[in-house]
Amino acid sequence: MDLRYTEAERSFRDELRTWLTDTLPSLPDAPSHEDWPARRAYDLHWQQLLFGAGYAGVDWPVEGGGRGSSPIEQLIFKEECERAGAPYVGVGFVGLLHAGPTIIAEGNAAQKERYLPPILRGEEVWCQGFSEPDAGSDLASLRTKAVRDGDQYVVTGSKIWTSHAEVADHCELLVRTGDDGHKGITWLIMPMDSPGIEIRPLRTIAGSTEFAELFLNEVRIPVTNRVGEENDGWRVTMVTLSFERGTGFVGELLESMRHLKALHQLAEHSGLLDDLGLQRRMGHLTAAFDALWALTKRNVSEAAVTGIPGIGGSVFKLSFTEQAQALGDLAMEVLDRAALTGDPLLAADGTPLVNEEQLAGWFKSISLTIAAGTSQVQRNIVAERILGLPKVR
Amino acid sequence: MDFRVSEDQTELAAGIRAMLSGRLPLEHVRLREGAEAAIDDADWLALGETGVFALTLPEPDGVGLGLADAVVVFEELGRALIPGPLVGTFLAASRGLTGGAAEGRVQVGVQTSSDAPHLIEHLGALDALLILADNHEGPTAQLLSPAPAPATATRMTEPLDPLTPLWLLDAIPAGEALSEIGFGLWRDGSLLTAALQLGHAAATLDLAVAYAKERHQFGKPIGSFQAIKHICADMLVRGEVARNAVQAAACLVDDEEVTNAEAAASGMTPEHLVRRAVMGAKLLADEAAIANARAAIQVHGGMGFTWEVPLHLHLKRSRVLATTFGTPGQLSAALAALT
Repeated sequence: MDLRYTEAERSFRDELRTWLTDTLPSLPDAPSHEDWPARRAYDLHWQQLLFGAGYAGVDWPVEGGGRGSSPIEQLIFKEECERAGAPYVGVGFVGLLHAGPTIIAEGNAAQKERYLPPILRGEEVWCQGFSEPDAGSDLASLRTKAVRDGDQYVVTGSKIWTSHAEVADHCELLVRTGDDGHKGITWLIMPMDSPGIEIRPLRTIAGSTEFAELFLNEVRIPVTNRVGEENDGWRVTMVTLSFERGTGFVGELLESMRHLKALHQLAEHSGLLDDLGLQRRMGHLTAAFDALWALTKRNVSEAAVTGIPGIGGSVFKLSFTEQAQALGDLAMEVLDRAALTGDPLLAADGTPLVNEEQLAGWFKSISLTIAAGTSQVQRNIVAERILGLPKVR
Repeated sequence: MDFRVSEDQTELAAGIRAMLSGRLPLEHVRLREGAEAAIDDADWLALGETGVFALTLPEPDGVGLGLADAVVVFEELGRALIPGPLVGTFLAASRGLTGGAAEGRVQVGVQTSSDAPHLIEHLGALDALLILADNHEGPTAQLLSPAPAPATATRMTEPLDPLTPLWLLDAIPAGEALSEIGFGLWRDGSLLTAALQLGHAAATLDLAVAYAKERHQFGKPIGSFQAIKHICADMLVRGEVARNAVQAAACLVDDEEVTNAEAAASGMTPEHLVRRAVMGAKLLADEAAIANARAAIQVHGGMGFTWEVPLHLHLKRSRVLATTFGTPGQLSAALAALT
């Protein structure tokens, strides 16, 4: 057990910190939350800056055009970006974290050449068409059908939870080409300007519209857009999961620590912190977030050697998501009536309450135990794969 | 950075586990339930010969390892339900406070509560007693050597943990003040106690999972039911999160350079950073041990409520340990000030 960073890791951090300090002040003001074309432009501009500085795809292998950084450096990258207040990956999420890595692992030479550079250079945006109204936790039951017609697939069905669909250029799409279950699924690249795609924004409880439903009516997709073999799409999808290096929630964890500190100051000013019950909840969250930061270091250390974060990935998600919800609930209590609006408010002494950020955090926390595998499915996975309990349903 | 448990540490843990299962298996440990001395001198000496108390004592007198190694070993002691004043004897040995502590020739207790009633663990067997307090001025330490005579105290006939005998003292006499080392003793003692708790959390998880696989109801192993699976998954999560907290805090203690660098980055003093890490680790370990023991009893159903099944021993020991070096309530409140 060694928490000491190497000389190389330290200089990676120092160089990055210098670059962030020099670069961030030059960024334009962030656009409004719901102006998607403006957000696309803003997020892609950030990606272009990263590309120019050699930080595009720190987690991508060199052969895919990435920087090929070690998991430890990936951790440092995310840590420094969060601490410096750099923009999030935003609309680049699916391309950089999912579709790109899938094409690196499973795409052919032509696909790699066509699709990877625009993701890294901040020129194209991807969205994901995996979940369906009737296929959520049981993703392999998806029913969107693709029928072969010459050198095209004709796709009909519907998808849900497709983020940034309105501003995306491509969609990584899972379709049914064969039998029921895992073995009849195919992975396709769907151009978002194809005829037959209807996009219907999905409004979340936060009022935001980053997600959409896709209705696909005989959308024609060239067979050359297929990644991997026909009916082998489930395996293709799973391969990408092996890109996870244990840094998935670094930004969220550090943000939670920042929110907790802000709430502590707020409660101290308002006198609420005299409440022993509140003190204990804050102290408990402090301990939990520190422990999860240690677990993150363990997971990336494991990934640096074995390539995967080991059992720590599921453990982290189960624990962090619950602590984030506890933090969100605490925020609502500390803010009291200031939590009733997302409009920026000031405390009695004139300092900003940052109620809009805390409120957004509370909403987001509610989604964390659902997105990317519900906590119930995660517990099944932990019980069956780690503890070896029998898989009988 | 490589925060994995090293191969050496894995081997160290395996070696201790093998020694304990050979020399101090549970059926042997349980023979002394309710006895005046929870462990006999020969067994204590065997622990000393294995190096359990001298892990961080520099060579040639000790093993010359770090606290990160010691917490790995103490987790095994907790897992095996080894009784006796393990933490106090380790602390005395590590600072050379009492001759014979490192070798397991003497037993040294540790008292971290200054409030009445003054219940002293293992007093009948103690050669010396460390008195640690963590107050607003920071931790202070005193050494009482010899320990108060058992004749001056009342032995409790109904101790919660049948392997932690207790004596009631009217007052704790003053001892020799140990200036300068109060913080280090409190810090190391907290983490070693937390490490014992990790062992209890791990042992009860193992027992629950094993039972869930073999116990059949409604024609299936109960471990095939999601209601049971989710209890077990939560036990694993609690233990793993707490383990990372304990081991990371121990690494900070071992490596001043890392502590200073992290303190500088977070705007805390190195001592604040370590205090926060240590208290958080103890808090999470206490909670994991107690919650896991409770959960394991639930998974065992009626059998979990019997004296025969050792789950109650883990639960009771966890409660004893949770009252030393700060209770979860005290620790979480104190941590709020370090948020």
